[in-house]
Amino acid sequence: MHILGIVIKNALLALLGNEQKYGYQLKNDFEAATGTAWVLNIGQVYTTLQRLERDGAIVALGQDDDGRSLYELSATGREILSEWLSSAVIRSVSTRDEVTMKVLVASATGVIDPATPISIQRQTAMRVLQEATLARNVAESLADQLHLERLIVLTNAEIRWLDIAEDRLAEAAKARLSDNSSTQEVVDNNNTSITNLGSNS
Amino acid sequence: MSGNPTDGGDPIHEPVVRIDSAVKEHRDGRSIIRALNAVSLDVPAGEMVAVTGKSGSGKSTLLNVVGGLEPLTAGSISVLGEPLVALNRTELSRLRRRTIGFVFQNLNLVPSLTAEENVALPLEFDGAKPVEASRAAKVALDKIRIGELATRFPSELSGGEKQRVAIARAIVGERKVILADEPTAALDDLTSRIVMNLLAELSDDGLTVLVATHDSEFAAYADRVVRLKDGSIEHVSSRPVTPSSPAELLT
Repeated sequence: MHILGIVIKNALLALLGNEQKYGYQLKNDFEAATGTAWVLNIGQVYTTLQRLERDGAIVALGQDDDGRSLYELSATGREILSEWLSSAVIRSVSTRDEVTMKVLVASATGVIDPATPISIQRQTAMRVLQEATLARNVAESLADQLHLERLIVLTNAEIRWLDIAEDRLAEAAKARLSDNSSTQEVVDNNNTSITNLGSNS
Repeated sequence: MSGNPTDGGDPIHEPVVRIDSAVKEHRDGRSIIRALNAVSLDVPAGEMVAVTGKSGSGKSTLLNVVGGLEPLTAGSISVLGEPLVALNRTELSRLRRRTIGFVFQNLNLVPSLTAEENVALPLEFDGAKPVEASRAAKVALDKIRIGELATRFPSELSGGEKQRVAIARAIVGERKVILADEPTAALDDLTSRIVMNLLAELSDDGLTVLVATHDSEFAAYADRVVRLKDGSIEHVSSRPVTPSSPAELLT
C-alpha cells in the first residue's frame, strides 16, 4: 500500500480509538488533528473505511436515517494501530537530490564555481526560513505549528549543508592548488589543520 | 528621499541607519585585513535586520562601526541623519548613550546592582536624575515583561532573564537603534526564541534593530537577512510582509 494510504488508514483507526464515528466526522477529525495543509477527500475516506471493514479492522454498525454508516474499532484494528504507532520509520537520503547534484556537477566539471549555486540556494532557503518562522508565529493550531517547526528545522539543515559543502569544496580546491605547487610556503602561513592536510608532500 | 543626511532630509523616509560603501581595515602584523569591503545598507525605522555569515565574515565589525565603537577606514555611516565621522568623541558617546542600545553575548551586567539599577545605569551616566532614570528603567523592564524582576540581582537571574535585563537596558530611555551581537549564543533554544521574538516586537514598535548571528534559525526572525562573506554582502533575503498560510508552505 502507498505510504499515504498507510498513514490515512492508521489515522482513521486512531480516530476511532475512543468512540464510534461517521465517515464525514472522521474526515473533519483527521483535518483537525493533522493541520490545515492536508485536506482529505471524502471519497478516499469511504474507500479506506470499506477496505478496513473488509480486513476486519473496523465494524460497520449500520446506518442512521440519513443513510450514514457508523463505525467502530475492532480488536484486530487496535492491534494494527498499536503496531504502526510503536514501530520506527527508517529514513534514507537519496543521492538523486537536485541541489546536491548541481553542486557536485559544478564542482566536478568547473563549468561554474560551485559557490554560485550554493549561494543562490542558500539565499532562497533563508527566505523560506523567514517565511516559515513568520507563519509559525501566527499559526493557530498546534498541528500547523509543528508542521512548520519541521519545515524550519529541515530548511535550517539545508543551509547548514550548503555551508559545509562550501567549506569542504573550498578546502579541496586549496589542497589541489598546493599539490600542484612545488613551493611549501603557500600553505605555511596558514595554520589551520585542514590546510595542512593538503600539504602532505 | 534624495535628501542629504546633513541637511535634515525627510524625517520619515530617511533611513535610521545608513551605511554607504563602508570599508574597515585592521592591521594584523605586516598585513592588512579588510574586515568590511564596500558594504552599503539602509535600514529604516521599525525594521529588524539580521546580519549573518561565518565567523570572520565581518558581522561584529559591522555592528561595531554602526555603533561608533570603531571608526571606518573609508565610506560613511549615518545614524538618524548624523554622519558618525562628523562627530567628536563627546558627541559620539552621547549618541551611544541616548540613541543606540547595545546587547552583547556577555551581558556586562553589574553584579552589585539590581536589575532595575542596571537598566537605569546608562541614563544616570548621561546625567539623568536617579528618580527619572529609575522610572524609565521600570518602563523598560515592563516593556520586556520582566517588571517583577526589578529588585533581583544578576546572580538571582537565569541566563535568559539576564539577557532580557540586558535588552531592557538597551532600550531604556528614548533609544532608536538596538545593536545586538550574538544575543542568543549563550542561551538554550527556547530562551533564544523568546529573545528573538522580543527583538522582533521592539522593531514592530518602531525601533531599528540590527542583530548579528551565525545561526540561520534565529536570523530568520528578521524582516531582512543580510549574509556577509569576507566582508562583503553576499546576498540579502527579505520575507513577505503578510504571513503565508501553512498550506502555502507545506505540501
